[in-house]
Order: sequence, then structure tokens, then C-alpha cells
Amino acid sequence: MATTTDIPLPKLKREVIDRAVIRFAGDSGDGMQVTGSQFTNTVALYGNDIATFPDFPAEIRAPAGTLPGVSGYQLHFSSNEIYTPGDAVDVLIVMNPAALKMNLADLKANGILIVNSDAFAETDLRKAQMSSNPLEDHSLDKFRLFPVELERLTKVALDHLGLDAKSVSRCKNFFALGMCYWLYNRSMDSTVRWIEDKFSKKPLLVEANKLAMKAGYSYCEATEAFQISYEIPPAQLEPGLYRNISGNQALALGFITASQKSGLKLFQGSYPITPASDILHELSQYKDFGVITFQAEDEIAAITSAIGASYAGALAITTTSGPGMALKTEAMGLAIAVEIPLVICDIQRGGPSTGLPTKTEQADLFQALFGRNSEAPIPVVAAATPSDCFWAALEASRIAVKYMVPVIILSDGYLANGAEPWKIPNLDEIPAFPVNFATDPVDFKPYRRNPETLARPWAVPGTPGLEHRVGGLEKQDVTGNINYEPLNHEKMVRIRAAKVEAIAQDIPDIVPAGDPDGDLLIVAWGSTHGSITAAVNSQRELGHRIGHVHLRHLNPFPRNLGDVLKRYKKILVPELNMGQLLWLLRAKFLVNAIGLNKIQGRPFKQSELEQKISELVL
Amino acid sequence: MTTTALPVLTKKDFQTDQEVRWCPGCGDYAILSAVQSVFPELGIKRENFVVVSGIGCSSRFPYYMNTFGFHTIHGRAPAVATGIKAIRPDLEVWVATGDGDALSIGGNHTIHMLRRNVGLKVLLFNNRIYGLTKGQYSPTSELGKRAKSTPFGSLDRPFNPISLAIGAEATFVARSVDVFQAHLKDTLKHAAAHKGSAFVEILQNCNIFNDGAWTGITEKDARSEHVIQLEHGKPLIFGKNRDKGIRRNSDGDIEVVQLGNGIAESDLIVHDVHHPRPFYAFQLSHMEERPDFPTPIGVLRSWPDLPRYEDVIAKQIAEVQAKRGTGDLAKLLRGGDTWQVEAR
Repeated sequence: MATTTDIPLPKLKREVIDRAVIRFAGDSGDGMQVTGSQFTNTVALYGNDIATFPDFPAEIRAPAGTLPGVSGYQLHFSSNEIYTPGDAVDVLIVMNPAALKMNLADLKANGILIVNSDAFAETDLRKAQMSSNPLEDHSLDKFRLFPVELERLTKVALDHLGLDAKSVSRCKNFFALGMCYWLYNRSMDSTVRWIEDKFSKKPLLVEANKLAMKAGYSYCEATEAFQISYEIPPAQLEPGLYRNISGNQALALGFITASQKSGLKLFQGSYPITPASDILHELSQYKDFGVITFQAEDEIAAITSAIGASYAGALAITTTSGPGMALKTEAMGLAIAVEIPLVICDIQRGGPSTGLPTKTEQADLFQALFGRNSEAPIPVVAAATPSDCFWAALEASRIAVKYMVPVIILSDGYLANGAEPWKIPNLDEIPAFPVNFATDPVDFKPYRRNPETLARPWAVPGTPGLEHRVGGLEKQDVTGNINYEPLNHEKMVRIRAAKVEAIAQDIPDIVPAGDPDGDLLIVAWGSTHGSITAAVNSQRELGHRIGHVHLRHLNPFPRNLGDVLKRYKKILVPELNMGQLLWLLRAKFLVNAIGLNKIQGRPFKQSELEQKISELVL
Repeated sequence: MTTTALPVLTKKDFQTDQEVRWCPGCGDYAILSAVQSVFPELGIKRENFVVVSGIGCSSRFPYYMNTFGFHTIHGRAPAVATGIKAIRPDLEVWVATGDGDALSIGGNHTIHMLRRNVGLKVLLFNNRIYGLTKGQYSPTSELGKRAKSTPFGSLDRPFNPISLAIGAEATFVARSVDVFQAHLKDTLKHAAAHKGSAFVEILQNCNIFNDGAWTGITEKDARSEHVIQLEHGKPLIFGKNRDKGIRRNSDGDIEVVQLGNGIAESDLIVHDVHHPRPFYAFQLSHMEERPDFPTPIGVLRSWPDLPRYEDVIAKQIAEVQAKRGTGDLAKLLRGGDTWQVEAR
């Protein structure tokens, strides 16, 4: 072992910065999602604010090394409050030429580019349709390029374990992760715990993954590859206990909370569909909460079983994405007609048809509002951030049981898979909404309504003296008997609409973020919340008077929305669709709102919004 | 121990004040009457009955039953009923459906309900026609059926509902006929006694759009010549003079034999509804497709050993709760890695 006493170590520079955007990209078999989420957990535990953007192909394993097989995970972490996963990338880790080609455009000039140089043989380049080797042709000169033999170095580190070549190769993502931990001065402890838990039945893999990660860390220390490392201090978040949470996890926890707060059994009828399946995976783990998860034979059975469960007295939900929503439409009409509570979650993705299963979009708003036969209004609530999905689940459940209506929650792929720190709420501060089933047989009428909410009684089977019939045929108000009379039909259509409108009395007046009046109001909904907030903040710092309304309730709207719209000179409606909320606002309030529309399966960049805002406030 | 005596219920207790709107002469009246007669005999409180239906003439059924009733949407009654049973295994849930509802638009739900063995009684009213939409051929119409939508004859082979149910591993499969009132009631009682999915095909006449749908079975004399009434533990005998029977061949197939001339009752198959494998019942269900074979009615299969779906749902929850304890929400929300942000 060489001594280094007579050669002083060059002082490694450690720079304190306030934020960084890092992206891991590789083949879908390279474990990029795991690598990214491990890094995320570590920085979140350290106390940074985070926003993530996992981006993966619809194919489980496209041919290795090809462009369609590239999977990426982007993380923005900061010592300040942040709202987006970041527009441009500071550090890009790529496992092969295809990943390089697909991601390089987002890397900042002079950004750090860590490349698995073992994957740049001629065949690898060909798979990525590259004619020359970018590690040699100077095309990467404007970046800080670090070619690392990830494959070989991992193999050397694990050689003595006697593991097969394939398993060794699969550890190289942890070598890269170890390098990143060194680069940002982060502890490997939480990932070590995760590895020990994940591979608890395979001690050799525990050893291999831990060793690979430590080897990556030591490699940076020993070779001084980077010359610099970074420190991002913890963010000044509101005091409290935090955890990291994704949108689908938050929905699941929200429904369990709603079940306890309402005192109802939770029933989920669902059919697997990207990007909603994780809600089913999550809830199916919680049998100890008495949750019944039913993986139905199809989307229609998923919702109709939930309707049956609700009829029998459960808090019933069904979870899906756009194509599944299309299949559920007739059953939603049934829930409207029989007036029973139900929550339908649509985790939107790019469409039409199968579209872009793993990419995000907000184009199901019209489907949620109007996608049924005849006059069939449904309340619609939207979640704005991953953790906000928790509150959306509670709000939708509360409305459903109070008003005896089906309610749609709109989330999307970006919220579903994205993660952020969540201040864990105090359960005592969440109001309960206990349900009173009808029990009194004296003069019982299945469609006699609560005068305030217009809700009919929830009379579950098994209750003596309340035997009655409901169904999809038009019925007479109060008695619920089949009735085809023209005036009765009009009355019932109007009652069902009035019931949904009545929910507005339960929605607090909206207060715009930013300026209460001024040059520009941004009205939006759903997952665009983060990038709009960031863009509005930066533009207001330039002195523009801008307000931002982010709608939780899309049907009915908050009662004061029309008044708020009048307080600004211009109205901008950014959406990841062709302008659906825009269309609604123009139709309902006769305002000259304009749209900013992006339909690329990707969220808005902060810069795209800033540019549009600056055009409008000039 | 105190026991609460069940109120004595009568057929009248299960009739509603709603005007029955089936065509005069429809076979559904007979089925309604049989069900209303059987329900009071089951020893179940009226409020614990739920009748669920889909769409079609048969699916108007719940409106005429003074129980809890749910007239759902086309084909989906088994799925709705599955949700009800998942939440309330204690309820007695009957599904009224038709050949189009259960085998065409709702075919998927029918087979999945059966494979799961949800504790539902399913009455499939089979009139081999679409009545409510005024006379199109159905998935049980005979090949070549001339109907509104097939003026030159239908081209699709019909489903045999019994074979389909057995193929889906139904644990109880039976058949009866609208006009065989005594047999129908008896079959319904067998179905009611079964814990898992009980599938009952009821051959039913549509006197408007498919009159005589089952005359080959229901006409005078036809019943004894062309129908074999299955009874557990009894040999398979039929014929006006009870002189024909079903025997197993050396190759495993079955054949019709004339009794006498050295063939005795003891040579015939003895009907066994509890056979754990479905192939025997399947073989019986296919008899009517073959020349000279009779159409079987009665219980083809009743295999009691498979647990009900709603019970295994509850059991799994109980097991997890026994192992982990009842869920603690505050703990769940704090699950995974957490960190404390201190006030500064």
C-alpha cells in the first residue's frame, strides 16, 4: 500500500449550493427507477425539498440498448421550497448510448455527464443509431464528461463473491448511485437498509449491492474524479414529521383515512391499468384495515362491483385510467340514477385509445364531466400535487357520502408516479364525516330528500322494513317507483343537476395565490400546479401583478370564481390538453381567456410558462 | 340461549304493489310465482333478501319482489351482486337474468362469478330470444334461427348454458322449466340450500317472439319421452314407460339403452350430483345435442366443498388482522422512512 504522507492531498473543493437536478437514464432493465427512488429517499430524509419525474417506456423490456427502451428518473432537490422536477439537468448519469442520445438535450452546458463507458462498443452505438462514438468525437466537449467503466469496476469489486455474471452486471446501477452519494455528500445508510430489507432472503445479493454502492463511493474518493463535491443544506420546510409520498400512495392512504373518518368499510373494485395499478397494489396490502380489494374481470365489473358494495353500505371506489373510464361510463350513469356514493379515480394518461400509457396528460376533463349518455352530472375534484392526492381522496369521499353521488377524482401519470415530501397530518385535525344509514321504517320513502343536500337516504339491505327497489329506469321522486311521465322525468333530471350544484355550498371561496387582482390571472387544475407556482413566483419577482387560481373543484366550480375572473386584465389557462378548462371558462363565464396547451405526454417546463406569462404581461 | 322466532312469512309478503308488466301468457309469471312461493319457506328474514337483475324482460323481476331489489344495467348483475356479497356475506342474494343478459353482454361476468363461487343464486330465464328489444335471435337460439335481425337464419352456434356453467367450474348447476311448477320449486329449494354459486337455467316460453321455444320438452307426452329428470342417487331412467336409461360405454362415453333383454337398472349410471370433478355433469349437459338422447332437468351438479368467495375474502382479512393486529392509521401514515423538520 503506497503511503501518501509526502504528497499532500489536493484539497477537494466542496461547494454549497441551493439546488440540483439529477437524472438517471438507462435501459429499462438497468434499474434506473430504483436508483432514482433510492437517491430521492436519501435526500428527502436529509431534509431537502424534492420533486421527482420518473419517465419510463410502456414496454416492460424493449430490446436492450435501443432508443425505445430508455427509462429515466429525474430528481430536483433543494434547500428551498421547490415545485417542479426542474427544466434542465445538472447531473446526467447514462448507462448506454441510447440513454445518452435520448437525454443529452436536457443537460445544462458545463453540466456533469457520467457515462458508463463499457457500453459504448460499436454494437452498442449501432443499437442507438449512432455513427460515431460520442466519447471520442468531441461532441460532448461542452459538458464535464466522466466516462466510468461501470461494468468492469463493478465486476472487480464483486469478483470474490462468486456471483454469476448477469447478477454482477445488474449491480452497476448501485455503483453509479454510490458515485452520486459521494458527489452530493450523502450518507448511504438508508439505501443500505433498503438493500438489506429488499434482498433479505438472498444474502449474497445484499452483499453484492452494498459492495457495488460502496465501491462507487470509494471510486470517487480514491480517484478524485470529480475534483468537486456539493452540499445542499436541508430545506426550511414547515416544522413537522415528514415522509416521501407518491400520488398513488397518497390516494390509497386518503381512502383508508376516509374509511375510518366515515366509519365505513372500504371496497375497491379495480382492473389493472397503467398508471393506476399502484393504487390497487397499495390498498391490497392493507387487509389489516379491513380493506376489500377486488381485482375484477374487467373495468365494467370493477365499477359495478363497487356499486354493489356501495349499495350494501361500503365506501366504494374504483380506480382506473382514461380507457377504463370509457368502459365505466354506463355504470356511472347507473350510480347517478340510483343516487349512491361512489368514488371513481381517473389517473389520466396520453390518449386517445391506448395512447401513451406511461406518459402524462390532462385530456380526460371533458370525459369526466360529459362522458355519459344523457344528462348525467358528476362532481369532479382534481389533485394538484402528489401529496394533495391524499386530500382529494378525502374530499371526494366526503362529497360522495354526504350528497349520495358518484364523484370523479382526476389525477394523472405525473402525480401518480411523482413524489414529494409530505408533512404527515395529525389525524385529530381531519374532521370525521360519520354516515347515518336509514333505519326508520315509518313512512320510509327511498327518494325522499334531505332539503339541504337533496341527498336521498342510504337504506342498505338487511334493514327491517326498508325493503325497496332501485334501478336505472327513471323513477318517481320520493317513492322511487318506475315512472315514465314527461314532467316527472324533467323534474328528476333537474333534481340530479341541482344536487350536484348544491355541493358548491360546501366549497370554500377561492383565494388566488399571488396578487388578488392585476395584469394576469392564471387558472389551472391538476398536476400543472408545481410549474405554474414556480413560474408565477419568478414573474412576480419581476414586478408583474399575477394571480394564480388552481381549481380543486371542477364541478361544481367555487361560487366566487366568476367574480375572481373579473379582477384581472387577462386570463391564461395552461393545460396539458387542447384547452378543455379554457373551453369551460369561456362557455360559462363569457370571458376572453386564452390557453397555453402542450400535448407531448410531458409536464410543462417552468420556462415555457414564464415565456407565455411574459408575453402576456408586456 | 334465547332464540328469536322468525316471523312466519307467506307468498303474499313477497308480492309488491307494482303492476306486473310482462306480456300476458309470458313464462316469467310462472317463475315469479314459484320464487314467491319458495322464499317464505327458506327461513330467512325478508329484509335479508336482495334480488339483483340486469336488463331484459326477466330483469324486471326485482320490481315484483317485495325484498330489497336492484335493477342494474345490461349484463352486470353478477358483478353488482358480487360487490354486495363481499360487503354483506349474510345477505341472501338472488340474480334474475336472461339468455342475452347472462350469456351475451354479461357472459364475462357470468363465468367469473361462477369460477369465484360467489354465494349467489342465479336464475337464468332462457327463452332463446331477445324479447325486450322485440325479437332478435339470442346466444341460445338454435342455429339457423329466423328472427328480426336474421331474416335468412342465424349463423352462430348456440351456447348450452349448462355446459357453459359447468365449464366455468360452477359448483351448483340445475335446470328446470317454467311450466313444471312443482319441479321448478323443488329445484329452487335445492339452489337455495347451496352455499356457493347456484346456477339455475329455467327454460321459459316467450309467447310473443318465440312461442313454443320449448314445446319439444313441454308438450304433453314430450316430458316423459324427451326429458330425463335427474335425481341424486337414482339411476338415469326416462321414457313414458320408464323403459329407457343411460349407460356408460366401455370408452367412457354414455349411451341410451332400452331396458330389458338383459339390460337391467343396475347397468345404468346412478346420478351423483356431488362428483367433485365436473366432467360427468358436462357429459349429461351435452345429451340434448345428440339424437335420441333426452334433455336433462333437475340438479346436474352440486359440489358443496368449495368455500364461498365472500367467506375467503373475510377469512383473509381476519388472518392478516390476527397476524398484524387491526390497522393503526396513524402508524400507517408514518410508515416508511420519516424525518423531523424542526422549527428554526
